[in-house]
Amino acid sequence: MIKFPAKFEFLDEIREFVGGIAEAGGFSPKDIYSIQLAADEAASNIIEHAYAGIPDGEVEIACGLRDDALVITMHDHGIPFDPSKVKEPNLTADLSERQIGGLGIYLMRKLMDEVVYEQGREAGNLLTLVKRRG
Amino acid sequence: MEATHQEFKHCDMLSVKGRVDSSTAPQFTRALEAMLDKGRYKIVVDMSELDYVSSAGFRALLAAQRTCKRYNRGEVVLSGVAPRIREALELAGFNELFKTFDDSIAAVGHF
Repeated sequence: MIKFPAKFEFLDEIREFVGGIAEAGGFSPKDIYSIQLAADEAASNIIEHAYAGIPDGEVEIACGLRDDALVITMHDHGIPFDPSKVKEPNLTADLSERQIGGLGIYLMRKLMDEVVYEQGREAGNLLTLVKRRG
Repeated sequence: MEATHQEFKHCDMLSVKGRVDSSTAPQFTRALEAMLDKGRYKIVVDMSELDYVSSAGFRALLAAQRTCKRYNRGEVVLSGVAPRIREALELAGFNELFKTFDDSIAAVGHF
């Protein structure tokens, strides 16, 4: 488990951290890109929303291989997050109607096999992302 | 991320290099807005040296596309989009909002 400051400047390091483990786990370059993008979107949401207006927040990120899957967990102590309150983006709306909110979560769900949000565990939000090999 | 701006007779080109994420997207937005502020609305964003884009980069592109297409005065097109970036754009449904070209020459020729 690594603690990262909840700042956008650390997204590079977060992508490298999960990408390195995915590479060691034999994931394809396409899957590694998907895993890095999903982790980036997840961490960006935590920084932007869970820690909105809260300085010096931290995100605890664990990443490991379990059987044929890569499992990433992100734990924060920010504002409780309820993903059911996030509207699904309308991907067929025309340009003027197109909303970008919710796109990060939508991409995470498309890119990963499992995306699970839990609230209240050890006070805070716990997000688990799973990508299976192949 | 590095962004280099070139002005042509019929359009402008922004060549983007490196990675666009929540950290560097504001820089990408500023580079796009610098062209819009000059009244340049026909824009090629060349991505041939771009390694990575998150939804923060998509958001910047969407905002620029809205401004450019207003009053039919122009549009943002993309060139040299790497396969992985293209896949993410497609997942986000952005392929319908932006014309894409294999290379910057074809994209500039579009205008």
